[in-house]
Amino acid sequence: MTKPAASAPSLSVAASLSKPQSATLEELEEEEQEDKFDINISITNPEKIGDGMNAYMAYKVSTQTTLPMFRSKAFTVRRRFSDFLGLYEKLSEKHGPNGYIVPPPPEKSILGMTKVKVGKEDPSSAEFVERRRAALERYLQRVVCHPSLLQDPDVREFLERDELPRAVNTQALSGAGFLKMINKATDAVSKMTIKMNESDVWFEEKLQEVESADQQFRKIHGLVDSLVGHRKELSLNTAGFAKSVAMLGSSEDNTALSRALSQLAEVEDKMEQLHQEQASNDSFCFAELLADYIRLLGAVRGSFDQRMKAWQRWQDAQSMLQKKRETEAKLLWANKPDKLQLAKDEITEWEAKVTQYERDFDRVSATVRKEVLRFEVLIYFFFKTLVAFTLLIKYWEAFLPEAKAIA
Amino acid sequence: RLWCRGPQCCMMGYLSVSLQPRAVNVDLQTDATLQVDISDALSERDKVKFTVHTKSTLPNFKQSEFSVVRQHEEFIWLHDSFVENEDYAGYIIPPAPPRPDFDASREKLQKLGEGEGSMTKEEFTKMKQELEAEYLAIFKKTVAMHEVFLCRVAAHPVLRKDLNFHVFLEYNQDLSVRGKNKKEKLEDFFKNVVKSADGVLVAGVKDVDDFFEHEKTFLLEYHNRVKDASAKSDRMIRSHKNAADDINRIASSLYTLGTQDSTDICKFFLKVTLLRWLCFKIEARVAADEDLKLADLLKYYLRESQAAKDLLYRRGRALVDYENANKALDKARAKNRDVLQAETSQQLCCHKFEKISESAKQELIDFKTRRVAAFRKNLVELAELELKHAKGNLQLLQSCLSVLKGDT
Repeated sequence: MTKPAASAPSLSVAASLSKPQSATLEELEEEEQEDKFDINISITNPEKIGDGMNAYMAYKVSTQTTLPMFRSKAFTVRRRFSDFLGLYEKLSEKHGPNGYIVPPPPEKSILGMTKVKVGKEDPSSAEFVERRRAALERYLQRVVCHPSLLQDPDVREFLERDELPRAVNTQALSGAGFLKMINKATDAVSKMTIKMNESDVWFEEKLQEVESADQQFRKIHGLVDSLVGHRKELSLNTAGFAKSVAMLGSSEDNTALSRALSQLAEVEDKMEQLHQEQASNDSFCFAELLADYIRLLGAVRGSFDQRMKAWQRWQDAQSMLQKKRETEAKLLWANKPDKLQLAKDEITEWEAKVTQYERDFDRVSATVRKEVLRFEVLIYFFFKTLVAFTLLIKYWEAFLPEAKAIA
Repeated sequence: RLWCRGPQCCMMGYLSVSLQPRAVNVDLQTDATLQVDISDALSERDKVKFTVHTKSTLPNFKQSEFSVVRQHEEFIWLHDSFVENEDYAGYIIPPAPPRPDFDASREKLQKLGEGEGSMTKEEFTKMKQELEAEYLAIFKKTVAMHEVFLCRVAAHPVLRKDLNFHVFLEYNQDLSVRGKNKKEKLEDFFKNVVKSADGVLVAGVKDVDDFFEHEKTFLLEYHNRVKDASAKSDRMIRSHKNAADDINRIASSLYTLGTQDSTDICKFFLKVTLLRWLCFKIEARVAADEDLKLADLLKYYLRESQAAKDLLYRRGRALVDYENANKALDKARAKNRDVLQAETSQQLCCHKFEKISESAKQELIDFKTRRVAAFRKNLVELAELELKHAKGNLQLLQSCLSVLKGDT
């Protein structure tokens, strides 16, 4: 039995899709703006607690909000990494099956954390802690920006409660585990797509988009890593060049030219700092955001999987209903009145289930559709680049009069 | 498939550009009596053909305006003829232009051709355009270097009158100076070795004349520092190019991502990624401009300061000869044998030394003036260029932000 072609829910959603694309973006951005005013999360002060292999990093989670459901306007708690993982577990169990894209947390990193635990005070472990802090902040922001997830009491507890019970069983969320989960979902989806040929073309297209976007993101992520390496090399070489220009300036016997050359050396030094900043921008912002998106896309595929499951349940219920009806017909033919009533009751039960599961499926589909449209704006990234270029202008404007003064 | 014929063939017709007179690295007075420029150039498989165009009111030439075609080896012949001419010992000989070197660029184009199958059509076209632009940039640079050499000669009060120079400019047949035979190449090699050993020797002798003593100290140090700065700038530019290549590849991928589908998510990404892609492109271009300005200037003055050092060396040699002649004269007088011969020899050496010293002084002062002017011009242009790009980028980013905020 197939789904009726033009049922109300899919029409209304289809209508929203036929709106011009900018309208959808505007709506999205309005939502984002509103959420931003209502609640803001910041994660600071990573602090190492304990020693040796039992040590862990504790982070200060500060919330500022005007929402009435919280105990006050501003409050702070301390949380550790496994607490964040525990939150994700709870949320994905509860909301995942409904088609919500539950934002995934950053991955566990055994190597990264071991260095920190062992107490290696080198720049790479400081960088690791900073990356993790930033990733956790982005993760929480995404969670609270989701209107449905924000309502969840577990989220409130996470933000407000002073002491949280230790989250156990967070092994499933290691990088490898998460990937396995996603791959399983993809396999399931690709097997089922053939059967679901009566469903919206939209979902099939979206899934394809998501999968090829995933491929592209991974490719770009690799390229950005290469770029970061080259930029670091560039900043080293710029520093070397700046020094040699300074030397040249000091041996130049025309005073004005000598001064201009040492100015140039200073500007090149500042360029070197800019290159460094760009390198960390690109690796912190771009690469980290890409990694976030790769994980997020995994969650999107997960939500498609949930929709698939909902569809399967509904189909299974329909087959069961069909079987019950056949049984009823057989019993009518065999003329067994007492068993007939039982069969009739079962049919009523399964008719109700079919209706329920169909409604579930529509609801999950609608949710998945809305969720898929909720991607974030990459403005943060642009602001950083903007700052870099503004600085550049300042330095070159200071240099120009010196260059002109050479007589 | 165009690529089958090899990148060199692709470049042939493409790079027969007519080059407008352009600003050169050095600040030179242009003189109506003799104006030289390279009006055209053609890059062929393994050589570059320069069209040398002359405009002159001097009576030495048959016509007032004429052109000839010359290759790199003929420029080298002319330069070497100046160096070997004893009469020009007291002048800074304009440094010879470097050999046109497209090997690296050709190799890249070759690799691109081989790897065509492994990338999308857009990626391939884009990379090909980039490499062709790089090739063109190298080509323009080599033409500029050759032109600067000729202009320096034309601007020099003595060298411009040189007969070989006039033959170079006017004789419209092949000068047949290509490919020095093996014996000659070996001789050159030994000449250079002796020179550098001598150079060290001569440099050690303290000069009586304060001006030259100062110049010697200055030039030795300056030359080394310019060499270091030039090498470091090359290294910096290579890193910048590597980063720019990564950037280009990221930009293409982002572009692919953005243009995959005309549906909601991808339209959104298209906006973001196209704009970031534009920023990337600008960044890569700025790297190329830095190259043109600073690195070329340093490379040029590396060669010029070497030429100035060579002049000091020749003067030093003349001084040593003069002192030796003095000693020989004293010995001859003491023994009262071959005194006349010794006197003549000593007078010749003295005359030669004084002549070189006189013109060398002026040459070195001119060198300083030229150097300061060239650096000034280039540094100002560099700063203005960087500012222009940075401002352009800033504007672009600001419009990016407003587009993202939905003000389309």
